[in-house]
Amino acid sequence: MGPVLAGVLQLIALIGALALAYIPLGNYMAKVYSSRGHLRVEKWIYKAIGADPDTEMTWPAYLRGVLAFSAVSVLFLYLLQRLQGVLPGSLHFSAVNPAQSFNTAVSFVTNTNWQSYYGEQTMGHVVQTAGLAVQNFVSAAVGIAVAVALVRGFARSRTGELGNFWADLVRGTLRILVPGAAIAAVILVACGAIQNFSGIHEVGQFMGGSQQWNGGAVASQEAIKELGTNGGGYFNANSAHPFENPTPFTNLFEIFLILVIPFSLTRTFGVMVGSVKQGYAILATMFTIWLGFTALMMWTEFAHHGPALQAAGGAMEGKEVRFGVGGSSIFAVATTLTSTGAVDSFHSSFTGLGGGITMLSMMLGEITPGGTGSGLYGILIMAVIAVFIAGLMVGRTPEYLGKKIGGREMKLAACYILITPALVLVFTAASMALSTPPHSMLNSGAHGFSEVLYAFTSASNNNGSAFAGLNANTDWYNTMTGLAMLLGRFLPMVFVLALAGSLAEQKPVPVTAGTLRTEKPLFTGLLVGAILIITGLTYFPALALGPLAEGLAS
Amino acid sequence: MNNSVTNTVRLLGAGLRALLVLTLVTGVIYPLVVTGIAQGLFGNKANGSEIKADGKVVGSSLIGQSYNLPLKKGQETPDPDLKWFQGRPANGLGANSVNTRYKLILSGATNLSADSKVLIKQVGDAKAAVIKDNSVPGYTVKPADVPADAVTSSGSGLDPAISPEYAELQVHRVAAKNGLPVDRVEKLVKDHTTGRTLGFIGEPRVNVLELNIALKDLVAKK
Repeated sequence: MGPVLAGVLQLIALIGALALAYIPLGNYMAKVYSSRGHLRVEKWIYKAIGADPDTEMTWPAYLRGVLAFSAVSVLFLYLLQRLQGVLPGSLHFSAVNPAQSFNTAVSFVTNTNWQSYYGEQTMGHVVQTAGLAVQNFVSAAVGIAVAVALVRGFARSRTGELGNFWADLVRGTLRILVPGAAIAAVILVACGAIQNFSGIHEVGQFMGGSQQWNGGAVASQEAIKELGTNGGGYFNANSAHPFENPTPFTNLFEIFLILVIPFSLTRTFGVMVGSVKQGYAILATMFTIWLGFTALMMWTEFAHHGPALQAAGGAMEGKEVRFGVGGSSIFAVATTLTSTGAVDSFHSSFTGLGGGITMLSMMLGEITPGGTGSGLYGILIMAVIAVFIAGLMVGRTPEYLGKKIGGREMKLAACYILITPALVLVFTAASMALSTPPHSMLNSGAHGFSEVLYAFTSASNNNGSAFAGLNANTDWYNTMTGLAMLLGRFLPMVFVLALAGSLAEQKPVPVTAGTLRTEKPLFTGLLVGAILIITGLTYFPALALGPLAEGLAS
Repeated sequence: MNNSVTNTVRLLGAGLRALLVLTLVTGVIYPLVVTGIAQGLFGNKANGSEIKADGKVVGSSLIGQSYNLPLKKGQETPDPDLKWFQGRPANGLGANSVNTRYKLILSGATNLSADSKVLIKQVGDAKAAVIKDNSVPGYTVKPADVPADAVTSSGSGLDPAISPEYAELQVHRVAAKNGLPVDRVEKLVKDHTTGRTLGFIGEPRVNVLELNIALKDLVAKK
């Protein structure tokens, strides 16, 4: 069997596994966010928080909960890093400097997991396990909570109530992410991922002398890093490191973990709005783009254009032998079309077009299937825009899921889609225009520009992967990517929750012969088109200067 | 005004308490339970899959090593010890380091682009070295025979494996340097080649450390 066929078979197996999980997991998550009962441990937690989980919140109250929790999280994580020098279990690492601590704190709270530090050289057990890994759970839970609030906005009428943020946060963490991650972590260890607290120690080598190892709670962090679409690696090499991702099977399993919640959330959405077919239409949109991008990536990586790759006889620079070109390509698309940003191979050394695909994947707004929660609310915003475009074509007031899309709704949706492009393009332009930031580039020419464009695309979209040649540990990049991550995460949430509140207040309009049937393939086609055209028009000039210029030159 | 300040403080307090409780669950209990299960059921794997030769730990079956001669005077990079099978180039390892105070096995890639002049040179040099090192009397390596993994650095810089093609390419050299018959070394490589998982997941590969340990046994028995 050739590597291309093996890659295709891996893709088919992955699709099969995701299909098997879709209905049970989607239904389960719908139940989690709809049930009225509380587990005993949850009741205890609500008591500790001092919140009544049965109090319904309007959108401003829900948003205040999100912002308060996230603000405290940033501060806590910042202090944890600043105090590392005096904390126990820090492996004698010193305190992280202020700019980098700010960047890392924001990065993990926003579900971005951009890393301007080297994991094995900077972070001890306490910061990794009780700081960073905790945000892997709760930032994912916050994302799902906001998505569920938007779904409730569609599902409810004549009320402004969107649920209770604390209840959604705690349930998502305890009932979905913790059990899922625990099972996944044990599977990863069974395949060779490490899980210990041995710290830094010397191990003998074949030729004599010794190698220095950094032991830690790697598998437990790896599991939630993928399942919560976080992506922050324990080690600098992320999921390319054999201790994080030891075998070809764990590679495929980690891709599955990345994709399973974002895809299955469309089922949760369908169940909660009372029509699983609406969920299928969104799923079909996500699936079409994901499959198309994966196929393109495999094609360009197997073709290995680019002088260095031609000289080598294959696109193996920055890739591991055990994963090969196929497994690395599938991983690269999965990680950038979600908000994960974990890497099992280094995107900077991909073909010019392959690097461009990873960038375009993020630029789509990470909605196919997108991050945990953020993917669903992102694509629902695009759905609102798609029905609006369709409404313009036929001259009818657009509606989606029985809710009118009026001026207020459109303004909120438009604000949402403008934020990230504005952040990406303005920060990239500023970095190129100033005199010192370009010094951080490793490569020159089109690829150097791509490194900077990639950094701000990744930060603003809360992805976290990198064209890692860029030295991002400078005050400029730590501060500016930190700001991009903050604004790119929380401004969209403001508009999503405002939209949810506005939808929940409406009374539903009855379905008539003139209603656009949003559960049909026609709508899926319209939505795919809207996503590609809007992104394409926004980013084409920037992409032409970077990856397209590089890809076409070779 | 006072009221809104009080409300904000109360809300932040709730956020802090939520964070602390969830830190206890996901940052203390969860990793400890997973560690307990991992150490109980898969102790060796959870500790890094250490591998022994002659009763001594010689590394991890998951982490690549270098098989070099001792550094000579005035040399910056040591020469490979051609008695042993060689792994992939590791140009990324440490190259992007900003801080080597701890001398950890810093993992990472070169991140050089497909049109990078530096990478083109690295690949070209590596290819020339592979051809020169592995061409022995009676066996000449052609440029087209050199597989991509032999001349490129991996993502982690710690790749434990090479392709079966690269291992086979080294057979004649290893046999000659160790005074072993070629077919014995060829068989050794075959025995240490792992196919794709379930026939289609990943790529076929040879674990260099395990292969060299077996080679050492073979040489000792000779």
